[in-house]
Amino acid sequence: MLSLIASILIDGISYGLVLFMVSVGLTVTLGLMRFVNLAHGTFAMVGGYAAATFVTALGLPYVLALILAAAVAGIIAFGLEIALVRRVYARPELDQVLLTIGLVFMGIALSGMIFGNSLVPIRLPEFLRGSTDLGFRSMPTQRFVPLVLGLLSLAGIWLLFERTRFGVKLRATVDNPRAAGELGINTRRVYAAAFAIGAALAGLGGVAGAELLPVEPYYPLKYLVLFLAVVAVGGPGNMAGSFVAAILLGTVETAGKYLAPEFATIALYALMLIVLSWRPEGLFQRSSKT
Amino acid sequence: MKLTKLLLAAAVAAISTAPLMAETVKVGVIGPFSGPFSGSFGEPFRQGVETYVAMNGQPTDDIEVEFIYRDLQAPDPGRARALAQELVARDGVQYLAGFVFTPNAIAAAGISAQAKIPTVIFNASASAVVSQSPYYVRTSNTLPQVSVPTAQNALEKGYRTVVTAVSDYGPGVDAETSFVKAFEAGGGEVLETIRMPLSTTDFGPYLQSIQLQEPDALFVFLPYGPPTYSFVNAYRNNGLDDAGIAFVGTSETQEVDLQSLGEAAIGLETGYFYSAAHESPENEAFKEKLAELFPDAEPNPATVSAFDGTHALYEMIRATEGQPDPDAAIAAISGASWESPRGPITIDAETRDIIQNVYIRVVEQEENGRLVNREIKTYEAQPDYGVQD
Repeated sequence: MLSLIASILIDGISYGLVLFMVSVGLTVTLGLMRFVNLAHGTFAMVGGYAAATFVTALGLPYVLALILAAAVAGIIAFGLEIALVRRVYARPELDQVLLTIGLVFMGIALSGMIFGNSLVPIRLPEFLRGSTDLGFRSMPTQRFVPLVLGLLSLAGIWLLFERTRFGVKLRATVDNPRAAGELGINTRRVYAAAFAIGAALAGLGGVAGAELLPVEPYYPLKYLVLFLAVVAVGGPGNMAGSFVAAILLGTVETAGKYLAPEFATIALYALMLIVLSWRPEGLFQRSSKT
Repeated sequence: MKLTKLLLAAAVAAISTAPLMAETVKVGVIGPFSGPFSGSFGEPFRQGVETYVAMNGQPTDDIEVEFIYRDLQAPDPGRARALAQELVARDGVQYLAGFVFTPNAIAAAGISAQAKIPTVIFNASASAVVSQSPYYVRTSNTLPQVSVPTAQNALEKGYRTVVTAVSDYGPGVDAETSFVKAFEAGGGEVLETIRMPLSTTDFGPYLQSIQLQEPDALFVFLPYGPPTYSFVNAYRNNGLDDAGIAFVGTSETQEVDLQSLGEAAIGLETGYFYSAAHESPENEAFKEKLAELFPDAEPNPATVSAFDGTHALYEMIRATEGQPDPDAAIAAISGASWESPRGPITIDAETRDIIQNVYIRVVEQEENGRLVNREIKTYEAQPDYGVQD
């Protein structure tokens, strides 16, 4: 019994960290910037393809490929922000949905053309393969990647948005773009940078989560609900909220798998239903919004 | 008299010198040519058809076959029926072919039966499919057909206890049912049958709880692509192989996914109907032509099913000389046998379903680093075990 609970916790938390990593970029773009970014998965996929290419074709070490993949996703997002995305910030949410879902479909078609319609694996280095013995059971070694990256990005984002001038500017811009502009903040540049950061984090998550959510053209559409679930349950704009939500969703689904295998996915959606009926704004509302 | 002879001679000359008008026979192929299933089915279908045509030319000198491809991305019975109807009524096809998903094949059966359109099923693998229309023929496989020999092999290898873990959808449930039946009939014990939701991404917990039950082997059935990839990696990374729990599968190591599974796949044992490593001149010729036409393509079970399906279409077209005579066409293919790239196959004269060898294969790495399904054992001439009870 004790080992069952321990197993649920270990697998649940490690799955939750994967969920957090694949949706952390979305908490920035959808949460902090309040931009309805359905194309989040596209940037995660770009990161995944980039890492796979760096590792397989160019033979770069995994860790370097991981960082470069995030950079590639960020740079592409930066270009898209200037060309397209910034035109719809002020427009109704439906326009944002249409634009980003269009990006999703373009991403699917392009990646299918370039990389083929089958999945592309990101080869792991020797030290991340196989299993690690925890004493009473084993755990896939690769799961330490989302664990480490998850905690690092949580800390990094908190520092960036709460403790730097850029963070102050971003929060000011989001809350009142006009006033922020009049105070001399270059709101366009702040938005572009934030969007690129969100996409870079998405790219990082795409690589970190690739063992569970393998990279393939339909990635952005297939896992969209999963990303949105984490952000919605956590409360948009709240980084710690997303973190708690991801761990909670991961643990509940994992408990379902151990205890009632056929209903595991329902457990996740049931939890989402309960949380959102109780607190429509998510577990942790953003206090500064008032 | 003389004049009549002259006229006759002139008429004969006119006929024999007139350019031969080639008869065009249209075949409608329905499959996922775009979308998430195009990589594992739609593209292989087209490659199989085109490879067969490139190797064999037209059925006869004066019959030309025209393939009309229609895109059907997912299980969508209403749309399947509409597409079949449109192909028959508007495009005037004499034959239908394709069909990845069982619900689509079942939905189109009414059109095939009423309009008497001989139809070659390239994939849909539930047992019941072919019985839905007297004009249905199948060149792929059925789930019991591959699961039963796989269960027998597990018993012969000395596995006494097994846990089954299948994706919770039609084919998964069929595979589980026929495996469990055959395994228990042979004296084995099934400790637990787990059905995993299709949307599962993290298989770790399932594998951990299976490990606690310490079975001799684990029987799995998963859809192609991402679920198989995640599951195989999870099997390795949760240490089930070290715990001595053998992996028993069917289509999991199919060629379209095999290279991307990578090292995790080495040593996995599966029972299925086609391996690209099958040693025969027919397979060599097929692979050579496929590589020439489609350099990036993997010879996949779906490619071979479509290749053989095209052979079946050609046989029917030849037997009827390109004329619409559905009963003669079906009579010509029922009971037919030929050597396919996968090995010898027969279309059952009664059921119009395929009878073929099922091979037990183990994944090996070749010197050039590529992974192959090495055939180590053959269960000859396996029927569809699903219709026998």
